[in-house]
Amino acid sequence: MELSMIDHIQTLQSELGGIVGAEYVQPATSADMVDGVQPQLVVSPGSGDEVARVLRLANAAGLAIAPRGGGTKLGWGNRPERLDLVVSTRRLNEVLEHAWSDMTATVQAGCTVSAFQHQLAQHGQHLVLDPLWLDAATIGGILATNDSGALRVRFGTLRDLILGITVALPDGTLAKSGGKVVKNVAGYDLPKLMTGALGTLGIIVDATFRLYPLPAETTILRVAPASIQSANDLMVRVLDSTLVPTGLQCHVAVNQAPEVWIRFEGMRAALEAQLEQLRQICEATSISQTLTTHDLWPGLRRMWQRSQATLICKTSVLPSDIAAMVKAVERVARPLRLDWELVAQAVGVGSLRLHGANDQALLAALTIIRAEITTLGGTVVVLDAPLGVKQQIDVWGPTKAPALMRRVKDHFDPQHMLNPGRFVGF
Amino acid sequence: MQRQILDELAAIVGHDGLISAAEQLRTYECDGLTNFRVMPAAVVLPRTGEQVQHVVRICHRERIPFVARGSGTGLSGGALPVPGSIVISLARLNRILAVDIPNQRVVVEPGVINLHVTQHVAPYGYFYAPDPSSQSVCTIGGNVAENSGGAHCLKYGFTVNHVLGLKVVLPNGELVELGGAVLDQPGYDLAGVFVGSEGTLGIATEITLRIVKRPATVQTLLAAFNSTDEAGAAVSAIITAGILPAAIEMMDRLSRDAAEGAVQAGYPEADALLLVELDGPAAEVALLMERVKAICAECGAWEQRLAQSEAERAVVWKGRKAAFAAMGRISPDYIVQDGVIPRTALPRVLREIEQLSAAAGLRVANVFHAGDGNLHPLVLYDRSISGQEHVAEQLAFNILKLCVQAGGSITGEHGVGREKQQFMSQMFAEPDLDTMQLVRCAFDPQHIANPDKVFPRPRLCAEKPGRYEPHPLETAGIAELF
Ligand SMILES: Cc1cc2nc3c(=O)[nH]c(=O)nc-3n(C[C@H](O)[C@H](O)[C@H](O)COP(=O)(O)OP(=O)(O)OC[C@H]3O[C@@H](n4cnc5c(N)ncnc54)[C@H](O)[C@@H]3O)c2cc1C
Repeated sequence: MELSMIDHIQTLQSELGGIVGAEYVQPATSADMVDGVQPQLVVSPGSGDEVARVLRLANAAGLAIAPRGGGTKLGWGNRPERLDLVVSTRRLNEVLEHAWSDMTATVQAGCTVSAFQHQLAQHGQHLVLDPLWLDAATIGGILATNDSGALRVRFGTLRDLILGITVALPDGTLAKSGGKVVKNVAGYDLPKLMTGALGTLGIIVDATFRLYPLPAETTILRVAPASIQSANDLMVRVLDSTLVPTGLQCHVAVNQAPEVWIRFEGMRAALEAQLEQLRQICEATSISQTLTTHDLWPGLRRMWQRSQATLICKTSVLPSDIAAMVKAVERVARPLRLDWELVAQAVGVGSLRLHGANDQALLAALTIIRAEITTLGGTVVVLDAPLGVKQQIDVWGPTKAPALMRRVKDHFDPQHMLNPGRFVGF
Repeated sequence: MQRQILDELAAIVGHDGLISAAEQLRTYECDGLTNFRVMPAAVVLPRTGEQVQHVVRICHRERIPFVARGSGTGLSGGALPVPGSIVISLARLNRILAVDIPNQRVVVEPGVINLHVTQHVAPYGYFYAPDPSSQSVCTIGGNVAENSGGAHCLKYGFTVNHVLGLKVVLPNGELVELGGAVLDQPGYDLAGVFVGSEGTLGIATEITLRIVKRPATVQTLLAAFNSTDEAGAAVSAIITAGILPAAIEMMDRLSRDAAEGAVQAGYPEADALLLVELDGPAAEVALLMERVKAICAECGAWEQRLAQSEAERAVVWKGRKAAFAAMGRISPDYIVQDGVIPRTALPRVLREIEQLSAAAGLRVANVFHAGDGNLHPLVLYDRSISGQEHVAEQLAFNILKLCVQAGGSITGEHGVGREKQQFMSQMFAEPDLDTMQLVRCAFDPQHIANPDKVFPRPRLCAEKPGRYEPHPLETAGIAELF
């Protein structure tokens, strides 16, 4: 490294230290790399105000920034164009307010999902969302990536749960939007704009959510339809019934029969009636069923076990197109000798794992699968891939209104300092 | 307006789609907030999204402000013309374009009436959940712009939770698609931002909606209390017991009397009425209704009636839905206000409203979405008495202040529009508003889409935001964060 560069970094380090305290600015190590791109420094602000001041300083210095929560999904998005500074939210880890009798809570961005849930559970409530890696994932991280799980079939996603937000912008502005009450239409809905923005518009400092009561009891039924088509039909039938499942997903893999998992939550007596109605639907289509005490999650977690030459994608199609999507995957994977596995929520959103002999096979498969799913009107976003694959693709695929999105980005982050190159075309 | 531009407009929408004669323009000079009136320069009534796009292109080229208009039922002056503007009425874009029952999607044009969506899908056992009281007349486009709510939004969510995708003509005439029928599309959630933007980001010309399966059972309870304090406490108790009713509505004595006079719903003679509706699987509803009744009794309900038939249910609701209009029976004029408070603050804030009302010497009727904490105080007055309108406006604004001080919002569903522009700074500090402006500037750098609405003062897009100032709530010591 050139001497002048080292000087520059040292100056920055001490300036950042002036804002957050010297002990909270550290030289970055290889563990801080994002997709192989090495940052110089990691700064951990202790308040929203400090986040804003750090951003203003970094912006003036022309640094490229990656906001980081638990680091569980840092690889989501395209490979960074450049990266100088990691802004960690780890010190912003408090639940600021749990207004349990109003069923709302405000939490700092760096709080882990499980710490948040733990505190809410003391009053029998929860953030009704089941994202990946609860123990490490932070509120800011799940918001930026818009992660979700099986509960979405009943409760929607973060956009349906978030009420208010505080964000720090590159120019050092600390702005609030939304509010603390469950209903509010004053001004533009920036909480929704920030949800899923992958930290490219600002750094989320805290957020307010509406909460739901923890369910009294849970039952899960596992059923085994003969084909993916009948699994899809069953899910569509359940959606079209008066049943109110809190989880409805199908699990299918190469050379394995599909399974559909259906979860109900609530009071015992009411659950029995729902189960009975479901059994009737299954029997009418002669599908065998078993009650299970297993949760829906192991399937999804297994998908995420790291291994060589593996692609993990988020797929989205219409609910009635899940079978068509699976068939497309099957058609593409067989000649390329790829292993594949899919967990699809009935609402049409799924996680697809492709495992192959080498990067070339994965690349080829991705291209065709994406083309086929696009014909269905769906989308494929690559979440995890070997670097060699990632460097050759746009993980997001085609997007709508790209010019407008860029204009939004340009207004919030004119210098493109936040996660440059990682989002949809910028 | 220049002859040449009128000719161009006529060439796009046809002569029967252009209004420029003063006496005809008068129909469009206001929306539901009738004390504000401005004559537009012209009104166009396009029939297709393409025509909308062509009109907007002219507006862009000539820098003529435009104001989209649905049915004009908005209560905050959202569709109020601005001087020299072209009003773009979407009333003729009223086709339901596609219905996809297995995927629970409906695609509509913006001029489709809210209730028509439900009527259209009812034969399949579905409904469109957001149900503003004005649902038989207001349009989906207006609902999208206001992020409208309704009684059943407590359980089912607001318009924004039911809009999956939009086709939008941007203020520069560009047509874009935001979101779509498939969930979680890559990129920013601009559909989420557009909903509730009150016509300031462009014009929606096609909307993909989510429809909802009719629940197996619906039960509606009417509970009578001696005070809004008791009824308010019951609301909080129901919610914190972990019960999520489809709706909880409250009427105080004045509203009850007015509604009863209008539709003879047979309401008990009570100082506060609660209407609690539960829906879902039959067994669950039956169990939960027992608990709701027990809670209401504990909180002092002295009469509880469970509607025994669909007809009885309809009567109970008819009174509630007629309540606004029924005010005309007990007062020559009234202001409809819309504010939100945390549910737990209901009893206290209702008492404070009573005090403000007494001090001002004007009656205030309360009929509102109690489960959401969404108040609709109706300030009753008589315009013909000199000075009374001013006192009424003052009282309405003081009630809003109460809402903000209680940690709530200046609007839960009617929007900011023209009416509450200045009030935005009670709730948001300059940096907050400047940040919202960034969105505005990305969509509409020329500020021609419904300009001078929502935000307290017009600001140029190149203008540098000021330095940080403490949040007004912080200065007041009310809240550390919002
Ligand atoms: C008696 C009564 C009861 C009501 N009850 C409720 C209620 O329970 N809940 C509730 O939320 N509201 C209620 N309202 C308010 C009103 O009905 C809603 O705000 C409704 O959504 C307005 O629809 P509209 O078609 O009349 O829109 P308009 O009043 O014509 O317009 C409203 C706003 O939408 C914009 N707009 C219209 N169409 C488009 C488009 N296609 N693209 C972009 N912008 C557009 C306009 O510019 C304006 O800013 C009530 C009103 C009345 C009169």
